Amino acid sequence: MLVAVGAVGALALSFGLVLGFAAVRFRVESDPVVDQIDGLLPQTQCGQCGFAGCRPYAEAMAAGEADINRCPPGGEATIATLADLLGRDPKPLDAEVGEARPRMVAVIDEDWCIGCTLCIQACPVDAILGASKHMHTVIAEECTGCELCVEPCPVDCIRMVPVTEGISVWSWPYPSDSLEAPG
Amino acid sequence: MSDRLNRFPGGLQLEGFKELSNREPTVPAPIPERLVLPLQQHIGEPAEPVVEVGQRVLKGEAVAAPGGYVSVPVHASTSGTVVDIGEYPVPHPSGLKSLCIVIEPDGEDRWCEREPVADYRSLEPSELRNRIRGAGIVGLGGAGFPTFIKLNPGPGRSIDTLVLNGAECEPYITCDDRLMRERPDEIVAGARIIRHALQARRCVIGVEDNKPEALEALEGVAVDGIEVVAVPTRYPAGGEKELIKVLTDLEVPSDGLPMEVGVVMQNVATAAAVHRAVERGEPLISRYVTVSGQGVAHPRNLEVRLGTPVADLVAQCGGPEADVAALIMGGSMMGFALHDAHAPVVKTTNCVLAETRQGIPEPEPAMPCIRCGACAEVCPVRLLPQQLYWHARAKDFDKVQDYHLFDCIECGCCAYVCPSYIPLVQYYRFAKTAIWAQEREREKADLARRRHEARLARLEREKQEREARHREKRAALAARSADGEKKAAIAAAVERAKAKHAETVSAEGPAESGDGETGKRPPDASSRRSA
Repeated sequence: MLVAVGAVGALALSFGLVLGFAAVRFRVESDPVVDQIDGLLPQTQCGQCGFAGCRPYAEAMAAGEADINRCPPGGEATIATLADLLGRDPKPLDAEVGEARPRMVAVIDEDWCIGCTLCIQACPVDAILGASKHMHTVIAEECTGCELCVEPCPVDCIRMVPVTEGISVWSWPYPSDSLEAPG
Repeated sequence: MSDRLNRFPGGLQLEGFKELSNREPTVPAPIPERLVLPLQQHIGEPAEPVVEVGQRVLKGEAVAAPGGYVSVPVHASTSGTVVDIGEYPVPHPSGLKSLCIVIEPDGEDRWCEREPVADYRSLEPSELRNRIRGAGIVGLGGAGFPTFIKLNPGPGRSIDTLVLNGAECEPYITCDDRLMRERPDEIVAGARIIRHALQARRCVIGVEDNKPEALEALEGVAVDGIEVVAVPTRYPAGGEKELIKVLTDLEVPSDGLPMEVGVVMQNVATAAAVHRAVERGEPLISRYVTVSGQGVAHPRNLEVRLGTPVADLVAQCGGPEADVAALIMGGSMMGFALHDAHAPVVKTTNCVLAETRQGIPEPEPAMPCIRCGACAEVCPVRLLPQQLYWHARAKDFDKVQDYHLFDCIECGCCAYVCPSYIPLVQYYRFAKTAIWAQEREREKADLARRRHEARLARLEREKQEREARHREKRAALAARSADGEKKAAIAAAVERAKAKHAETVSAEGPAESGDGETGKRPPDASSRRSA
């Protein structure tokens, strides 16, 4: 009797020690689900979802506080992958946050720019180049098309244009002359 | 000879339609009114213009320089004046325009300075590669991969066999057939140069056995132990991995390159271009193009300057007939319909097909897959076309890659035999480009994330720096004011001492001086404190 209790107690103690050690030694700092969700978001940092960027939205989704259909730049494709990851049902984009649009890029009319730096401060990815009282310009490859620079411009010299599709990035269309595609 | 050859899986016996265009000798196409030279005629980075509008150029002069490592220059294919650098229609399935250099020929067709090499054996392989790159040579079989890269096996890897591809398995196309008949010496000379550049032991030229004249011509000039081998006519015997399997029994691994099994393959026309580049100093400015199909009166082969509009070639061959439905660039199995007949001939243009409505009947409406498995039987890569189809149709891009979508060579055998007329290859092309687009999006998102995080880190750092500065300032201020207090105390003490002194001297009005002691502060101390 005593031996059995002692043995089980010793086992419990040793496992407890191992688990306790592992909990400290192999501790994961951030929530990996947040990282995974963040990895699926398009990183425009536009805030159309109502959160201050993609990561805060990812954190809210992981905590179950936000729905998966609030990312207009990601569109249906992002909703589908998020639904897959989180085991939720895909649903159409929330009309409240806007609608999916083709990727855009900001263009500064350099003749009108007064060099106020307000757009530089607004850009979430530092894609606008310029200095106070000097003309600014957008680094097109790094612009995410978030539109956050449009509003602050006091002379309205920033406009959004659709990204032009070159031959090197052209994609074959989905075959249309065949059976209906499944939903 | 063919008893020691091997077979690749699948494949089809197709009617060749080769005799339409392979009977007459090749004739040169005239210099067009305008040459349109696209900057992207190869796989990789587009070339960058090195000429300006209005500049005069000579035949063979480089008008665009490589825009990266996987890139080659573009040369003027006749002498003339650059009249524009801008967006023009190019031969591409999208029908999109692309940046081109437009040259108005002066009719003199005057060559620039050429630097032929008398003995290629005196050159190091690296020097040969540079010359081949400088001549703008890419794979002329259709893919257009820069040749100089394929000639660089890298350190520690040796190439055993150089295979020259003269199979030309696709229906209608006969440009390599005519080249092998008419210029076998150039092909063999090029093969020797490439073999030297690769330091390869063996060199085999593989030609489908439906081209006996070409085989004979090559055998007549083959020297240095170059083997000319007739391979059975079966589509797609001209596929890179398929021909290697037939000739050497080696299987190139999935996602791998022939180099990994010690083999390099080049098209026969590429070999001829290498000979011209090295031993005559002529860059790649023209090529053989087959003009065929029911839509032209005299199908034949033409030697065409790059940049010549396709419409000119069709006109030279007596076309187009009234009921031409489409101009197809490439063969009937893998070609694509041109959106604009004025698109130019580029380095990868091997054939222009003018097809009548009879030649290409309306595609039958697709019907449901009946799981007959005919597609799997003919697939030369031993893929499962049905599974690929299901997953591509459902846009399940992970699954479709599990079934090795990227090993598909888009030969079209599966769609050809499909009894339900399902456009299978279109689904695979859609899936491939959609996956690439997703990858680009992912990369762009990663870049944006890194930049956003860097920005947040910068803002945080700036905030901390600002706070640190404020703290420092406050501390300095406090120190300074503490300093001031001390001085004030000293001043007050001095004052007191003076007052005391005055008191002892005058011994008069002690109440007044006591008042001054406590209430009065030195003016400098108070002003400092307020500062």
